[in-house]
Amino acid sequence: MRTIIYILRKEFRQLFRDKVMSRVIFILPILQLFVLAYAATFEIKKINLYVVDLDKSVSSRELINKFQGSSFFILVDQSGSYHLAEDKLKSGKADQILHIPNKFEKDLNKFSFAKVQVVTDAIDGNTALLMNAYALSIIQDYNKDLIVEEMPIIQQADPININHSYWFNPELNYITYMVPGILVLLVTIIGMFLSSMNIVKEKENGTIEQINVTPIRKYQFITGKLLPFWIVGLVELAIGLTLAWIAFNIPILGSIWLIFLVAGVYMLVVLGFGLIISTTANTQQQAMFIAWFFLMIFILMSGLFTPVESMPEWAQIVNYANPIAYFIKVMRMVMLKGSGFNDIAEQFFALLTYAVFALSVAVWRYRKTA
Amino acid sequence: MDNKNNIIEVENLVKKFGRFVANDSLTFEVRKGEIFGFLGANGAGKTTTIRILCGLSSPTSGKISVAGFDVYKETEKIKKHIGYMSQKFSLYEDLTVKENIEFYAGIYGLSRNEIRQRSGKLIKKLGLEEEKDMVIGSLPQGWKQKLAFSIAIIHDPDIVFLDEPTGGVDPITRRQFWDMIYEASHNGITVFVTTHYMDEAEYCERVSIMAEGKIVALDTPAGLKKTFNASSVDEVFLKLAR
Repeated sequence: MRTIIYILRKEFRQLFRDKVMSRVIFILPILQLFVLAYAATFEIKKINLYVVDLDKSVSSRELINKFQGSSFFILVDQSGSYHLAEDKLKSGKADQILHIPNKFEKDLNKFSFAKVQVVTDAIDGNTALLMNAYALSIIQDYNKDLIVEEMPIIQQADPININHSYWFNPELNYITYMVPGILVLLVTIIGMFLSSMNIVKEKENGTIEQINVTPIRKYQFITGKLLPFWIVGLVELAIGLTLAWIAFNIPILGSIWLIFLVAGVYMLVVLGFGLIISTTANTQQQAMFIAWFFLMIFILMSGLFTPVESMPEWAQIVNYANPIAYFIKVMRMVMLKGSGFNDIAEQFFALLTYAVFALSVAVWRYRKTA
Repeated sequence: MDNKNNIIEVENLVKKFGRFVANDSLTFEVRKGEIFGFLGANGAGKTTTIRILCGLSSPTSGKISVAGFDVYKETEKIKKHIGYMSQKFSLYEDLTVKENIEFYAGIYGLSRNEIRQRSGKLIKKLGLEEEKDMVIGSLPQGWKQKLAFSIAIIHDPDIVFLDEPTGGVDPITRRQFWDMIYEASHNGITVFVTTHYMDEAEYCERVSIMAEGKIVALDTPAGLKKTFNASSVDEVFLKLAR
């Protein structure tokens, strides 16, 4: 135990003696929180709409007016050529095409039934889905007006009225949704880089040899290396949660102790992973690239930006091995929904298993003998 | 070979890296309390041997015991009884003199009292009172080397291994360094030192000369000079190692 305390003291001294590093550790994550919270949003306010109106009738004009009246759409241009519209879509000047065929009004009057085409730039699938939904709701709205106009009797029959109510994030605020996930990223990135650089740095400086000739035990060494960054990670999380509450008014509906319990286990996974990299790599560059590679994959697949449920099946399976995905889910559930331990038990035990595994490998990989 | 006066016993030590034979069937022993010089040109295999004796590297084959413990099975016990100073400077440059001493003494398991006492004595002996709170990175090379040596023996080991301890150090500091080695030896610590400064070889009680992974000679400096009909160890070395 005393041995561990000596290592801890040394690690903390080195960490805070490096003025640049100690600033980086605490200031960068805060900056990151603010930048990402505002930038990583999928809210769509201005959809550039190109209209191809081949009908040029009163009905088609009415439909177009509906779109123009919506705050989501900006009518960029209008012409009778679908080709021109497609060019605009390809060049990115338009996001969506509303295509009204020439017998639109006639069909409406004759069959009470007509078709319009909506073409959406779907490079970004999430945005495309939203744009489609907006367009559909406007067309539906138009449809309802028609029914009222043509058949006033039905209106008296009181049509089914659907009322939405969004739970847990009633204003559909993206910041509320993103911040818990961003907090996970912050502690992950800091933890991963600090731990993966650490032992490698001792290898580069030759100090690891001096440690390896002492009777120090492997578990003492790994514990001494791990604990400082574990503490730093949890302190950062505490700062992050406070800022999220002050700056973005994001509540913690669930138990804060539960968050820290899961975070404590999660940090062991991240640091264990970092130490495995550190014992494997020979230079800090190598460690940096390996750490970055895994971080990229884990972050992009984590469900932070795109829902895991809409990923292909193989990706969902890969995500069983993605600690970031588990923790983001837990953070969102506990912070926004107020979930309790039973709700997140599956994620908790997955992380716990992962932690035991990562730490065992780290201890095993660290060899005192070359 | 079970001589109680031997602190290191090596029989047919072989170390191969792939096809390359770094240590080719070495057999020697080091006696308790002596200063044992391990000479050889760069690449002769000195560092490989020293690393094996310290438990930093495992031998390919051979029977080796250090401080009465087996190199294969009792590596961690050996580590309690040895000190090691590598040719690469290996204290923490971003920690102060005091902090380095405290850290190493701490992981060797010295008590808080012992640490305070030894650290004070050491700082005084090295004349580092004014520099004790400076980070080591800002000290001159010679001071760092002397400090590294003192820290290598802070826990009073039976043996200390010094791998080219005086590389890159000025002649005066080298002289002081050897005074420190003598002092340690006087206090009962066996010194195992590699060097390629031949004048330093004259300070040793016995020297072995290595060439291409083999020990080509082992005797007292006087004995070597007599056998090879030379006026200095330098001349012996040139005759053997070329």
